[in-house]
Amino acid sequence: MMDAARGTAQQRLTRWTVTGPPFAFLLAFFAAPSLIMVLASFRYPGEYGGLAPLVAAPGAAVQDGGLTLENYRFFFSDLIYCEIFVRSLAIAFASTLICLALAYPLALLIARSPKKRRDFMVLMVILPFASNFLIRVYAWMIILGPESGLSAVLNQALALIGVAPVRLLFSSFAVLVGMVYVHLPFMVLPLYTNLEKHDPALLEAAQDLGAGAWTRFWRITFPLSLPGIFSGAALVFIPVLGMFAIPDILGGTGDILVGNLIKEQFLGTRDWPFGSTLSIMLTLVVLACAAGAAAVARRGAHSDYA
Amino acid sequence: MPLLEIRNVTRRFGDFAALEGVSLDIEAGEFFTLLGPSGCGKTTLLRLIAGFDEPDEGELLLDGKPLAGIAPERRPVHTVFQSYALFPHMTVARNVAFPLLMAGKPKHETSARVHAVLDAVRLTDKAHAYPHELSGGQKQRVALARGLVNRPRVLLLDEPLGALDAKLRIEMQIDLIKLQKEVGITFVFVTHAQHEALALSHRIAVMNAGRIEQVDEPDHLYGAPKNRFVADFIGSINLFACEVLEAGAARLRLRTELGEIVAPGPDHVAAGAKGAFALRPEQARIVAPHESLGLDNRLGGRVYDFLYTGDVTTYLIDLDGGARFKALLANSAPGRAKFFDVGDAVAVEWSAAAGLFLAE
Repeated sequence: MMDAARGTAQQRLTRWTVTGPPFAFLLAFFAAPSLIMVLASFRYPGEYGGLAPLVAAPGAAVQDGGLTLENYRFFFSDLIYCEIFVRSLAIAFASTLICLALAYPLALLIARSPKKRRDFMVLMVILPFASNFLIRVYAWMIILGPESGLSAVLNQALALIGVAPVRLLFSSFAVLVGMVYVHLPFMVLPLYTNLEKHDPALLEAAQDLGAGAWTRFWRITFPLSLPGIFSGAALVFIPVLGMFAIPDILGGTGDILVGNLIKEQFLGTRDWPFGSTLSIMLTLVVLACAAGAAAVARRGAHSDYA
Repeated sequence: MPLLEIRNVTRRFGDFAALEGVSLDIEAGEFFTLLGPSGCGKTTLLRLIAGFDEPDEGELLLDGKPLAGIAPERRPVHTVFQSYALFPHMTVARNVAFPLLMAGKPKHETSARVHAVLDAVRLTDKAHAYPHELSGGQKQRVALARGLVNRPRVLLLDEPLGALDAKLRIEMQIDLIKLQKEVGITFVFVTHAQHEALALSHRIAVMNAGRIEQVDEPDHLYGAPKNRFVADFIGSINLFACEVLEAGAARLRLRTELGEIVAPGPDHVAAGAKGAFALRPEQARIVAPHESLGLDNRLGGRVYDFLYTGDVTTYLIDLDGGARFKALLANSAPGRAKFFDVGDAVAVEWSAAAGLFLAE
């Protein structure tokens, strides 16, 4: 009995030494700041940025005990914010779909290559991370810029069929290209990890039982890869939704996304409470999307034949 | 006309010939087994029939029509895989319905057939379970149901009982025989387990190193193996090198290292021929040195060891001539399990008709 009790105590100690530090880290640097953000979204901005004091300084009045719903009222009072949210969602959705369409064949190719070659191919996928993110995005400025070969060829082709020249850089198109380019590896890797684990005998069995190549893909490979698709989609969709650097560098004046808006509140207009409100709204949107995706995933099971 | 004809088929992988000049005729409704040690080419042959691989030489015909160039999904041949290969994201019912769905059967027919086949393998109550919720034996039965449901001309079974424990194996063997009789579909069964092959099959092809050694019914294969490999591979047997001293009147006089032996002789064997003398352990009788049963052959020896396995005891006897000999004794005598002990002097006797001469 004593030994058993000591065993459990020791197990508990081991468990806490292993999980304690990351738990404490998340508590201090994720949970606490999130809570501060929630509180900040219900407060007034300070005169020079920051937050207005909760306790009145001598000779000054504090409104409503320092708490207010004004930030949320302001958010819903102007359609421009909803518009930016919708545009951000559209960009995030489009980026995710394009990443999926590009990454799936690539991940499938890697997963079905001989084992020796797979590691090398995965290395090639993550190689772009070796150079700085901003440098890679700036490189797209040159590629898409008006003096680039790409623009020249495209506009000459358009001139031939009598269409006015287009500007590639500083457009939603450029933002989308940048988003897809930067986030593609985040789609490829979880997909590859999933596809690589598929038992090849399943495809043989399906073929043996009468399924052609297309049917084998849609009935076996694709449904089995759904967990990979969902994790890849989350890894692309969520960062794209909050991204501000790419629209800053590649987008035009009309391509502001939620990320830019939030950054502007904290660094530009120094309205921390409204910035916090925007962040909270973004988090809610992401959670709503995740819940939607989970609901779709659950509905995956169809009717039975018995 | 046989249902499936395999004509002079050769398949090479680089320098290695997995199959070399294999010819077989498999009749409709047969339970046919390919038996051999691992690497003998039986799985290669199965993959050729399923269509996952094509022969380098020779051809396969189903109902007299060549199978060459027909993709696996278009052959009326289904396979029960060794790993079962059940689709993990589908329920039992959807797994079983898969081949019917592929064949474009109407929904009500699909539903009725799935019901019937699940009933036949006693899995009706598991129709809505997923493969990971099933035991090994249940998975095996789902794989079988899925292979049978669209009534293929041939069902290939690739060591389907390999992953089951001994007791479940026997149960599944009985199920397999019953099911095959009920549905009347031709089964081509691959195994390296000779007991399984003998228990299940109408006919067995024994394979070795890419060739077929003998095709026969189980009792013929066991009782009259054509050569040393078959004799040694099927069951347990005593084999001694020998030379024919005298041939005549369907009776051979053989010289072995142990002394002279008489054996039944096929007509075409002449004096001077070399080969092997074979005797199944259960054909020999063990007696005490002073006793005699008056059988044609008698050799003296000493008990080296014995293995008690309940129903029988296998005695290993060091013969006076130097070779080790296996003999079985049924433990049916009441109150006795041990007739002889280690080190006892004994004699083995057998009648001439019990042995076999295998020409080289």
